[in-house]
Amino acid sequence: MNDPDAPPSPEIEARKAWMSLLAKAPEARLEALWSAAGLAPEHAWLRPPEAGAVMLRGRAGAVGAPFNLGEMTATRCALRLACGTVGHAMVQGRGKEKARIAALCDALMRTEAAPTVRAAILDPLAQEAEARAAARAARAAATRVEFFTMVRGENA
Amino acid sequence: MYVAVKGGERAIDNAHAWLAEARRGDVSVPELSVPQIREQMTLAVNRVMAEGSLHDPDLAALAIKQARGDLIEAIFLIRAYRTTLPRFGASEPLDTGAMAVSRRVSATFKDAPGGQVLGPTFDYTHRLIDFSLAAEAQANPQAETAEAPPPPRTPHIAEFLDAEGLLQPEREDAGAGAPPDLTRQPLAFPATRALRLQALARADEGFTLSLAYSTQRGYGRNHPFVGELRVGVVAVEAEIPELGFAVEIGDIELTECETVNQFAGSKTEPPQFTRGYGLTLGHCERKAISMALVDRAMRWQELGEDFAGAPAQDEEFVLSHCDNIQATGFLEHIKLPHYVDFQAELELIRTLRREAAAGPDPVKEAAE
Repeated sequence: MNDPDAPPSPEIEARKAWMSLLAKAPEARLEALWSAAGLAPEHAWLRPPEAGAVMLRGRAGAVGAPFNLGEMTATRCALRLACGTVGHAMVQGRGKEKARIAALCDALMRTEAAPTVRAAILDPLAQEAEARAAARAARAAATRVEFFTMVRGENA
Repeated sequence: MYVAVKGGERAIDNAHAWLAEARRGDVSVPELSVPQIREQMTLAVNRVMAEGSLHDPDLAALAIKQARGDLIEAIFLIRAYRTTLPRFGASEPLDTGAMAVSRRVSATFKDAPGGQVLGPTFDYTHRLIDFSLAAEAQANPQAETAEAPPPPRTPHIAEFLDAEGLLQPEREDAGAGAPPDLTRQPLAFPATRALRLQALARADEGFTLSLAYSTQRGYGRNHPFVGELRVGVVAVEAEIPELGFAVEIGDIELTECETVNQFAGSKTEPPQFTRGYGLTLGHCERKAISMALVDRAMRWQELGEDFAGAPAQDEEFVLSHCDNIQATGFLEHIKLPHYVDFQAELELIRTLRREAAAGPDPVKEAAE
């Protein structure tokens, strides 16, 4: 367990980044990358995949007091590899297989298999997420209004 | 008196079998898939998520299919489903300043920092039926693009007014604890603003729209400007209890509206603009704007305004009637069998009529 008041270590920051990438990944894409990677580590469930909800909070006026906005579906699980490394997942949606793969990747990222997982799964997911964000930003930018003022009555 | 209470089972089964056939419609027309609804009926899906109070586009699309497109019925299905889900916890408050915006407009500042971004909008369309959409197998439409790196943050318009002191500030109430949750505790009055915002976020769009419209027409007037309306994707961050740190567990689309309204001031404070706030799951901008107007109307007490008796100012009226599932449950139940209740009424009216026909009762009259 980590002390919540301690400054986040680089290890924790890195783990947060890959857990987040896995949690947000499209389920079909994660499954495809996982099976292409050919990884099938033995594991035991500490908590089998379970679908549930997370209450989303907003803030009054965007910056004020929090309020409950509504929930989103999420699936969580925890498992242990044969070597003893534990993996956790809390992922968006109701995909139990997505949660299982995410927890396996989380565990493997702290074993010798880390470079394989990064190259075969995390790097493609990161590139695709970046491409989706860039595509949205490019479409938004094309709808940005460029005001110009017509100057009237001046004989410049 | 004997009232038959059995015997409907076969009729009910057969009614549901016909419902399934009617749902499918003409079988010579291809069946709708859930991904088709999710991708092509997006705004219906968003409304079902917002009022069903559960973000899950696949589930909302499935509910719409099951409900034959009756959105309130679909919302009912989502509300029922969400009660079966264990609650893993609450997210960190969503940071809408870090939203990846696809749409962001301000009606108050032409040159708003961050720009006016129209996004995929019906605004400025001519509202003429487009018969070309009736043709099948069209070329896939392609949006225009422009080179622009995604901005890390899009500042809220309110920040600029706030910095000048022109706008009533929003502050986090230190030590207030977890916000109230109407899915766990029944509504109680007077309600806090946090509770009102939760109720409005899942309120019926039509009801909220009508109330908001009533404030514009003078019933609790507070003259709003849309300071800002933004639609885009925000990361959801939640703590993983076993690990003791928070992780971004998903990305969701949100619509946010901030209104700038007429002034409040006092003997000690110079006048300031006031604000209303709307936030919904998904792209629901009519709902988000309506929510902001009704939120502002219900703040009359806090802002030292008079209660004008307007429906939108009356939080008990608004919060008790804004939920379309509660409303439709109570409304639609009256079409279900009430044979016993009605028999009682029937007996009563027959007795009253018999008594009236018999003329005044001499004994009773004497007693009076």
